[in-house]
Amino acid sequence: MMSSRFQSVMCLALALPCGLARTADAQVAVRGKTVYTMTGEPIRDGVVIIRDGKIAAVGTAAALPIPEGFRVLEATVVTPGLIDAHSTVGLSGIYNQPHDQDQLERSAPIQPELRAIDAYNAREKLVSWVRGFGVTTIHTGHAPGELISGQTTIVKTWGDTIDDAVIVPTAAVAATLSPLAEKQEKGKSPGTRGKMMAMLRAEFIKAQEYMRKREKADPEKTPDRDLGLEMIGRVLKGEIPLMITANRAQDIAGTLRLAKEFNIRVWLDSASEGYLLIDEIKAAGVPVIVHPTMVRAFADFENMSFETAAKLHKAGIPVALQSGYESYVPKTRVVLFEAGWAAANGLTFDEALATITIDAAKILGIDNRVGSLAVGKDGDVALFDGDPFEYTSHCVGVVINGNVVSEASQ
Amino acid sequence: MGVVPVKRNTQVNVIIQSLRSRLWRLALRNSMIAACSLLLTGCLAARAQEAAIRPDAPRAFVGARLIPISGPEIDRGVVVIEHGKITAVGAADAVTIPPDARRIDVAGKIIMPGLVDTHNHIGGFGGADSSAPIQPDVRIFDSLNVRDSGFRRAVAGGLTTLNIMPGSGHLLSGQTIYVKLRKAEIIDDLFIRDADGKPTGGLKMANGTNSMRDAPFPGTRSKSAALVRERFIKAQEYRDKIKRAADDSDKMPPRDIGLEAIVEVLEGKRIVHHHTHRHDDILTVIRLSQEFGFRVVLHHVSEGWKVADEIARAGVPCSVIVVDSPGGKLEAVDMAFKTGAVLEKAGAQVAFHTDDWITDARVFFRSAALAVRAGMSREGALRALTLAGAKMLDLGDRIGSLEVGKDADFIILDGDPLSVYSKVLETYVEGQKVFDRTDPKDHLYAVGGYGAGNDQTPYLCCFDQPEGQ
Repeated sequence: MMSSRFQSVMCLALALPCGLARTADAQVAVRGKTVYTMTGEPIRDGVVIIRDGKIAAVGTAAALPIPEGFRVLEATVVTPGLIDAHSTVGLSGIYNQPHDQDQLERSAPIQPELRAIDAYNAREKLVSWVRGFGVTTIHTGHAPGELISGQTTIVKTWGDTIDDAVIVPTAAVAATLSPLAEKQEKGKSPGTRGKMMAMLRAEFIKAQEYMRKREKADPEKTPDRDLGLEMIGRVLKGEIPLMITANRAQDIAGTLRLAKEFNIRVWLDSASEGYLLIDEIKAAGVPVIVHPTMVRAFADFENMSFETAAKLHKAGIPVALQSGYESYVPKTRVVLFEAGWAAANGLTFDEALATITIDAAKILGIDNRVGSLAVGKDGDVALFDGDPFEYTSHCVGVVINGNVVSEASQ
Repeated sequence: MGVVPVKRNTQVNVIIQSLRSRLWRLALRNSMIAACSLLLTGCLAARAQEAAIRPDAPRAFVGARLIPISGPEIDRGVVVIEHGKITAVGAADAVTIPPDARRIDVAGKIIMPGLVDTHNHIGGFGGADSSAPIQPDVRIFDSLNVRDSGFRRAVAGGLTTLNIMPGSGHLLSGQTIYVKLRKAEIIDDLFIRDADGKPTGGLKMANGTNSMRDAPFPGTRSKSAALVRERFIKAQEYRDKIKRAADDSDKMPPRDIGLEAIVEVLEGKRIVHHHTHRHDDILTVIRLSQEFGFRVVLHHVSEGWKVADEIARAGVPCSVIVVDSPGGKLEAVDMAFKTGAVLEKAGAQVAFHTDDWITDARVFFRSAALAVRAGMSREGALRALTLAGAKMLDLGDRIGSLEVGKDADFIILDGDPLSVYSKVLETYVEGQKVFDRTDPKDHLYAVGGYGAGNDQTPYLCCFDQPEGQ
């Protein structure tokens, strides 16, 4: 049998979705007055049986006896472990000092070779902070702010190392189409929207040529390996999506134009003016990871709306919510609260919960593992003492891979 | 409910204001019918045809659950307002509604006082520049943009009174301004004035890392305190020279508008609003306030929970910020939702603030709700959004609760103020409706959307809606 460490290394090397190396500490049953499975109607007085880290059974307490020796947790409301569809936590740290800020490398505008797994700090305090609110999975990595800032990764908010935590080593390549990525210094590029797009297109074309040459049989003629172009090549092949942060309508239009030209998979990130281009986004078949619902209304976000997630969802566009990137105080948002505010602004309770569970999992391509309480999925559960979206409720327990990682009331 | 005596000047001001705006409205209406001068006789005739009930008649809001803050909640209550003041408030069966009052049915709704934000930056950052760490001569109101969309968002969040502050990058960054969110064309329309008609405000100070920078700014905490002490001693001497000069103009020192502001602080007429995070910085503020005998409100107070007993013993009130997570700077790493609860338990006065844009004014209620999540009492948390803040601005006798004689600054909600699902439906300042969620223009600012970030177009008071509706 492969050692767990070796297995993780292999997973990273192959960039494939991996199972967590560790096994569960205990066998756990979670019982709730209301259990939101996200696979159908919520179960009144339900129970979730977790065996060896995976969900073994879900049903009513009356129909599902709790096996002998199982540890039992109880709560008013039980949901799947929550998913934050876009964060930078783990690369960005609580102190906001140079030593704990690895989310943005400023040395060049295009660096797709930067791997999030090489910077993710599993012991970061902000990771345990968001976990305390029931967030068990985060899509995190390089932040908006450079044209292509690097890669992202998907991790569980658990474990002591990236190897313990990782689910998808490279989830996406992060790009920014926004004045955020423009250089202010004279003579530096990109300095305009037009230049940003020109640079992106040139890089993609370069990668097409690079791939063509690399695939030629004659080893004498193959170009030297280029980590950056390799990554773009994977985007061009459709193996990995390009996550483009765009807010203004013209930048969203640019995102869709780029996706069409190169026939690549795109996740539209943030999209504060997305409500202006609902038909176009829908026609392009692009999912949207909407900015934090309560994002500050200035600059790129001056026309933000609390109702964007609701409007996109209503149109049938796949929508997830995110905590985003925060540069100052607070150092991170909590996606639970952002979903709550969306529930107060046009989404139903169930729809809002889906943006941070099953819908997020589907967009991120991890719904075989997480996002709902269904047999065979990871044993990730969040427990609450009331409506999870109410500020006055508490998260009273968190289970990840069958491990009870928190029982504190937060 | 006690009756608060209304200051004569204020009353006169209110009457003048209401007359002025009524004349405006009349002028505009009549100009649509025919060219009309502001002659009262002609206008009154036109008005009589329009409305059976006088627009300035008392208004009675009937049937809402009342959260008066000054007393227990009332299930089915009545609030009567007239000329911008609350004239009656209580249970439905205990309040006699004046016969000429316009009745407004608000059954199923909640009425509470307008929210008081003790610390924000709406209207644009301004204040002191980079030339010196201590600039008491600078007034924030000289740099504010009254058309900033932030003001519209604030009323959408139920805020009616703000303390607008310069930033925290200085030991002393200037004079703050207390404003009411009336409909306004120039910033002066928003000022809360004292009995002499002077705009009221405090003085913004800061310690800790924000105000430590390259020279001429201090590089250490000790230097920060030393610079402040020096300047306050200078102000004491300035004050004494003026006193000694009596009325002899030859002996008067040259006028110094910066020292004047600090002298107001020394005399207790102006409150210091002090940004401070770390436990030791908090104690330094208390130490300085005791040395110079100035009144101070501690702002942010991130580590206040570590020195709650010391704060309570000193009798220094706290304006607390509640944000989603700790960190973002070294001083805020130990920030916690529990700060309000711990301070309350210790017996300190607690208010909250938005620090808008740090947190959006439209979600101010969540500060209270998250504090309740961490153990603060519901009563204390709601008080911390209203009356507690009013007192920290020396306005506790005018605003912050539903009491007879107080300004008619209140909000109507569709649900419990601590619930994420509740909405502010209407916001009133001095009896005038300044926000109505059903009005598409207001709704845009309440939820956002295309154009919500633009400067608001100038308000023409009362052009398309009668006063107070």
